[in-house]
Parts: sequence; C-alpha cells; structure tokens
Amino acid sequence: MQEALIQRLRSAVGHEHVTARPDDLRNYAYDGSIDRAAPEAVVFPADAAQVAAVVRACEELRCPYVARGAGTGLSGGAIAEFGGVLISTARMRRILDIDAANRTALVEPGVVNAHISAAVATLGLRFVPDPSSQSACTIGGNVAENAGGLHCLAYGVTSNHVLGCEIVTPQGEIVWLGGRENETAGYDLLGVFIGSEGTLGIATKIAVKLTPQPETTRTLLAVFDSVDDASKAVSDIIAAGIIPAALEMMDRLSTQAIEAYVHAGFPTDAGAILIADVDGLQESVGETAAAIGDVCRRDGAREVRLAKDEAERERIWRGRKSAFGAMGRFSPSYYVQDGVIPRTKLPEVLAEVEAIGRRYGLLIANVFHAGDGNIHPLIAFDEKVPAQVDAAIAAGADILRACVARGGSISGEHGIGIEKRDCMNVQYAPSDLALMAKLKAVFNPGGLCNPAKMFPTSRRCGESARTLQRADLPEGIAPAAGPAF
Amino acid sequence: MPGVSPGYSGPERPALADLDLCTRCGLCEQACPTYRLLGFEPDSPRGRIFLMKQVALGEAEINQHLADHLYRCLGCRACETVCPAGVPFGRLLEYGRFQVEQHRDLAPHSKGWMIFRQLAFRLVLPRRWLFRALMWPSRAIASVPGFAAAFDTLPRGNRLRRLVDMLPRRDKHVEPSASAMPPVTPAIGRRRAVVGLLLGCVMDSLFRHTHEATVRVLARNGCDVRVPTGQWCCGALNVHAGERAIAKDLARANIDAFGRAPLDAIIVNSAGCGAVMKEYGELLKDDSEYAQPALAFAARVKDVTEFLAETSLVSGFAKLPIAVTYQDACHLVHGQGISHQPRALLQAIPGLRYIELRNASQCCGAAGVYSLTHPHLAQAILDEKIEAVLETSADVVATANPGCSMQLQAGLAQRGSRMRVRHVVEILDEAYAARSR
Repeated sequence: MQEALIQRLRSAVGHEHVTARPDDLRNYAYDGSIDRAAPEAVVFPADAAQVAAVVRACEELRCPYVARGAGTGLSGGAIAEFGGVLISTARMRRILDIDAANRTALVEPGVVNAHISAAVATLGLRFVPDPSSQSACTIGGNVAENAGGLHCLAYGVTSNHVLGCEIVTPQGEIVWLGGRENETAGYDLLGVFIGSEGTLGIATKIAVKLTPQPETTRTLLAVFDSVDDASKAVSDIIAAGIIPAALEMMDRLSTQAIEAYVHAGFPTDAGAILIADVDGLQESVGETAAAIGDVCRRDGAREVRLAKDEAERERIWRGRKSAFGAMGRFSPSYYVQDGVIPRTKLPEVLAEVEAIGRRYGLLIANVFHAGDGNIHPLIAFDEKVPAQVDAAIAAGADILRACVARGGSISGEHGIGIEKRDCMNVQYAPSDLALMAKLKAVFNPGGLCNPAKMFPTSRRCGESARTLQRADLPEGIAPAAGPAF
Repeated sequence: MPGVSPGYSGPERPALADLDLCTRCGLCEQACPTYRLLGFEPDSPRGRIFLMKQVALGEAEINQHLADHLYRCLGCRACETVCPAGVPFGRLLEYGRFQVEQHRDLAPHSKGWMIFRQLAFRLVLPRRWLFRALMWPSRAIASVPGFAAAFDTLPRGNRLRRLVDMLPRRDKHVEPSASAMPPVTPAIGRRRAVVGLLLGCVMDSLFRHTHEATVRVLARNGCDVRVPTGQWCCGALNVHAGERAIAKDLARANIDAFGRAPLDAIIVNSAGCGAVMKEYGELLKDDSEYAQPALAFAARVKDVTEFLAETSLVSGFAKLPIAVTYQDACHLVHGQGISHQPRALLQAIPGLRYIELRNASQCCGAAGVYSLTHPHLAQAILDEKIEAVLETSADVVATANPGCSMQLQAGLAQRGSRMRVRHVVEILDEAYAARSR
C-alpha cells in the first residue's frame, strides 16, 4: 500500500487508529461467511467527518475501501476482496439521542443491534428487527444488508424500521437520506441505500423507529414427526388468517446441533419443530396461541408446548438464535443459504434440499423463517478439504436454483456480497442488472466503494468461487473510472 | 527471524478438534470485555481462536502478536457461556499460553513483570511457608482495625494505597482469626455429610475469616468439615499463565492430601480455584499414575454455594435487614455454570433485600494477576463495574472469589464508597450468627 495513503489515513483519524501491521490484518480477513481476504490497512474513524476524510483519501489515491461493523455478515459483504482499506465502525458506537415521545432514536453505525432495545427497554420500547446475531451484529451492517430477523414476519425487515441515514458518499460528501420523520418527499433514496451492501456509501448516523413493547408475548413449541407435517401446519396457520409475530421451523439435525451444547429443551428425535411467538393484548394472545396449537395438532403435531415463563421463552429463542453457530458441532464450517420460496412449496423444496445433500455427500441442516418462506439450509463442510468446499458451493447453487425455479429468490436477508453474486444471473435478466449497475454508477462512479460486490462476475452460478486471498482489482475499476460489475 | 517459531510442539497444544468447533459466527464478540472496550478483532475470542488455529494449520507462526493477544485476554470465559457450539475457550487459552511460554524470546509482558512472575510462581507459590511469610505484612494491615484507613492520606493513584485498598475488610461481629484452622469441625445436629475444605494460598493468607465463616455455615448445615494437611495452592494462577509443570505438582499434592480422606465433597470457596480443580482431570490426563485419581478428585469438587444450594439449608436465620447485590465471579458463572445458586442462597435470608446487578456476569477486571499485568485495561473494566455496583445503592456487594473481592474493594475505595464486599457464605454466616446472639 502506498505510504502516501497511510499518511493521509493517519492524519484523517489519528495515528493510533490506523493499522497496517500484517499481523493485525489477518484478523480482518474474515467475517461470518466462508470468504477470506486481508485488507492492506484498517482504519477506525470516530465520526462522519473522519469517514469522509478516509473516503476522499481512498478515492483520490484510487484505492478500494470497504466498511465493516461486527464482521458477522453471511455473504462476504465486509471482505476486502481486493485489499485496500477496511473502515471499521467499532469506535462509532454511541446512541446519540432517544426521543421516546416520537419513538425514534439516532444511533451511530457501530451500535450493536440488541443494545438499542436494551437502551429503550425501560421506556417500554424496542427496536424490532432481530437477526439471530443481534447480540453481536451492528446496525450499520443491518442497514447495508437490509437484515431481517425472527420477528420480521409480522413487523417487517430493517428498511421498515429505519427512518433516515446520514451517509458519506463515495465522493466524500456527507448527506442525509430520509429524515427522522415517517415520510419524506422526493425520491426514496433511503430505500435505494438500505440493502445496497456498502456499494453506495457508508452510513454514519441512523435514525431508527422504535416500537412499543407488546403487552404480552406467548411462545409455543410444536413437535412434529416429519418436516412435511410441520410445513403443512405453517401454511394452514397463515391460511387461517393468523399472523404470529414469529414462526420458525427447525429440522432434526438443527435441533441436535443446538442440544449438543446450548440445551434449549428441544426434542432431538422429532422430524421438525415449529416455534411461534404471539404478541399483543393479554386477551387476544391466549386465544391466538390456542388457535395455532389447534392447527398444529390437526396437522399431526405430537406435542404442543406453551412456554410457562419468561425464562423458558428466552431459552427457546436462545436455542433458535444459536442454530448457525451450533453447526460447529458437526463441521468446522457451514455454508448458509438464504433462499426464499412461496410457503406452499416448502415440502417439495425441502425434499429437494435433502436430495442435493445426498448427491454431494454433504450434511445439510435446515432452519428457517417458515412464516415468510425464507429458508436457511446449513451445508456442513470442512474448509480444510478443498473438494468439500467446491461441493458445498455447488450444492448451495443448486438449492438457490431450486428456489428460483419455484418462483422464489436467492436471498431473503443475508445479502448477495461475494457468495451469491454469480447467482444473480439466475434471478435477474441482463437488462435488470444493467439498470442496477447504472444506479450504482450514480453513487459510486469510481467503483472503489466495496468493489465488485453483489454483481455477477464472469463465473457461472455454483462454479467454485470461494475467495481465499486478495485478488487484483478488476479492470474498469482502477485506475480508470466507470461503471463496473 | 527472532521471536518466530514454526508451530506448536508437544501434546499440550490447542487441539484442532476444539478449534474446529468455532465457525466464526461472532456471537462471542460482545461478551468479551476486551473486545467491548477496544473494538479490535485480535482482542476478541473469535480473533484469538483464529490466531491459534492459523498456527495449528501452519498458516502462521507463534510470534509476539499471538503472545500479546493471548495475554491481553482476561480469561473470564464469558465467551464460553454465549458460544452456540461450546468452544472450550478456557482450555484453548491455557494451552495457547503454554505454547507461547515455551519460547523464551517471546515476552508476553514487561521484563520486570516476567522476573517477578517467575519468582512468584516458581519460587514462592509452591512453598506454603514462604508465601505466608511474604503475605504477613498484608495480613497485619488487614487484621488491625483502622490500620488500612491510615493509607487513605496517600494520593488516589498511589500504588501502595491501591494495594492496601484491595485488602479485605472484616465485619465487626467476626472474632479475630484463630492461628490455625481446626483439622476437624463436627457437624451441628444430625450429620448429613463429611466434606473437606480447600484452604488455598491467597484465601488462606488474607481471607481466613471467609474460611471460618464457611466452616461454621457448613457445620450448621450438618457437615463434618475436615481440613486435610498437605494441601496447598490449587495451581490456577500457574495454569492460566501457561506454567503447567508447577500447576501439575500442586495438583498432585492436593490429590494426595484429599485423596486419603473419605469425603463426600471437596468444598472450595474461591471460584478460580474450584474451576481449575474441576479440570484436574484435563491437567493430568497424560500422567499415568494420577490421571484416574485426578478425575475422581475433580468429580468431588464443589463450590460452597453449589453445595449449599443442593443441600436444603437448615433454618435458623435471623432477619438480616440489609440490601445485597451479587457480582458473578467469572470462574463460577462461566467456568462452572453456577449462577442461580448463590442468588438463591442470598434470597433465602429473611429480611435481606436482593438487588440484581446490571451486567452481573461481566468480569470486574481482576482476572488473577491481570490488574497487575494490564493495569489500564483492568481499571477501565473496573470503572464500568463499579458504576453498575453503585447504581444498586446496596449495603453489601457479594461475590465468591478472592480476586473479585479485592478488585471490588479497591474500586469502591477509589470512589470513597462505604459499600461492603463480602463472600456469599459470610452473609449466610452473619444471618445465622445474628440469630444466636
């Protein structure tokens, strides 16, 4: 990396908040996904002005840069694939303002998702989006990926709970998209920005919507002998006009992985379990929970259990949120898919997932947001065995094709990043992608802001494309400017 | 290249099977005190596991970077509690540090500290008489009422004052300590169990009053309490610093001392000691003579709060109208999974108002010798803790480990707070004593 750039970075954020020591950089080569590439420097800016100074330095000296929150992303969004500068938001973690009367808060991007709800709990409020990694992931990353969560069935995803963002554009300007009110005039640039995976700029302040805590919440656990029965129950619950706050399914492998250490009280011999949260007014919640229980029993549930207290509720949800990490009990790595399918297709897609696993000789556990048809097959593999890596990636692509073939999508909430970019062609026509590229070029004309993420490369979907080391910046991004994907 | 070695050597190394459990999901990050404070990935559990794994896979070498980040860890093991896959981080850390210690040119700390540590851990700690002799001044200051207060005239940042601030304070109702612990204290009333008590090193030298309270509470709850001779320090400080050889000697001595007595349980009132003693099986797994006895020993080890919570408490408490909060000792809650037991014991005392401490299971920064090796980080972690403790406005903050007690004591003294620091068992003892008075 050019010494001149390091000097610029140091004067932008302070000498001690820049590291280019190769040993330090090793720990910034990974996130929660399977890709790896070390940046050439990591900077820790304290505010928007410092982020802007870093961005301007990178743009002027033609160096790629990527923002990173907690590094829990599942699609490689925060991987510095082409080296360059990694901009960590670890020092930008203040909750700047809480406006209880208007139910909003203004936070910095490095604030941990769960810390927002913790900070407003005594006011009877919460921040609804709750990805499984909410105890660690940051709101900046949630905005970049338009993260979902367990309770997005009833409440919506991140974009439904963010009112505005202050961002640093790749030109180094500090601008606001949206505001702190519910509606803003003109183009919905905030809608464009949320979920843009760090390719359009870097959020430096985020105005979030706060939601009153429900009067009461009941959690129900239903145990089924087969995934088919559980899938049918999901469809029947929604068909009955019931919208639970959350409706989650896990198959036997998932519950076995979780019970191996976390002990959430899940049966390990069941074909599948359903977890439903019902919230609202005291009177209606009991009725709704009973109605869900009835549907489950009618569809063959062998047991329906209502969490008796808050401790049991917490244990059940902690178990569910542990599902990904618990895969470590089976294999050193997992490759998680994030397909979305129409709910009614659950049984046939799951049967196909199982067949794909058999075909590649890989263990695949299933855990998913059943209510909105967002499936998370967890493909177990060992990253030390190259053949298994290739097989896992190929199996993942087959699963995504199966989702798209049934009218679904390749990503619900984890983003495209590096991992799924070569499958974008499966979902979108070239003209769709060209329009997206034009939009990107408006914000990010040099292409240096999180380069090459989200857009397909020359590889085919499923072709082994795991990033394991720093790559050369593709032509067209540097040094000449221009739209690129 | 100086300070660089190709990889791990010998069987006592971070096991690949343990390292492989980590999928890098990152759920541990916010549980980690150093990551919360520094926001720096190499100072997170995931980061440290990754560094150890790189060495295991031959992708990186044992170097100063690895040493620095393994020793900047508090070893609080809070990451284990939140890990979905059950990565045994404490074990990995101990083996990782042991590997670093094999390289004399890698200095995890300043030269002065390393010399002090070698003297303390290799020369003093293994010798009971020497340790006790060196601790005599501290004991003297702690035992004379008002003596410690004399040091208050020293400025706040003064090192000597901080050391004195750390010393335990006793309650007025407690009689001065006898010169030696009685070898056997018979059960009061019907005998329900025969137990042994570990005296340890720091506990024995500075917390004799806690031992005496422990014996009284156990006896009142139907235990014959034996204090076997030949026992000494548990070896925790050595294991945690990567000094395994001396730790093994200490473990063998304790196994011999307790092994001869037919005991239902080996009671420990120091969380750090208990956590290590429960892992004697791992420490001595390659010792053909002691591997089996170590496992049998470990199976009988119980923290005093764990033991008392399992045996229904004998009634006879007087009303104790005080407000108490509880700070989890890391090696009790994260190391041994004991969290509701001490709380239940406190709440069993009539009149006692229990106040839950915000973030009670977060480390206070004591962490063995951490406050000596990393004073600035330890202080920052302590400041956050004392903030939460003072919020409760409790009369007493209870805990279950000498390191935590001393750290909290020092933190409260820094703020000029009069809140008392007590072991859980001392509060039980006070409630029993108030009845008999």
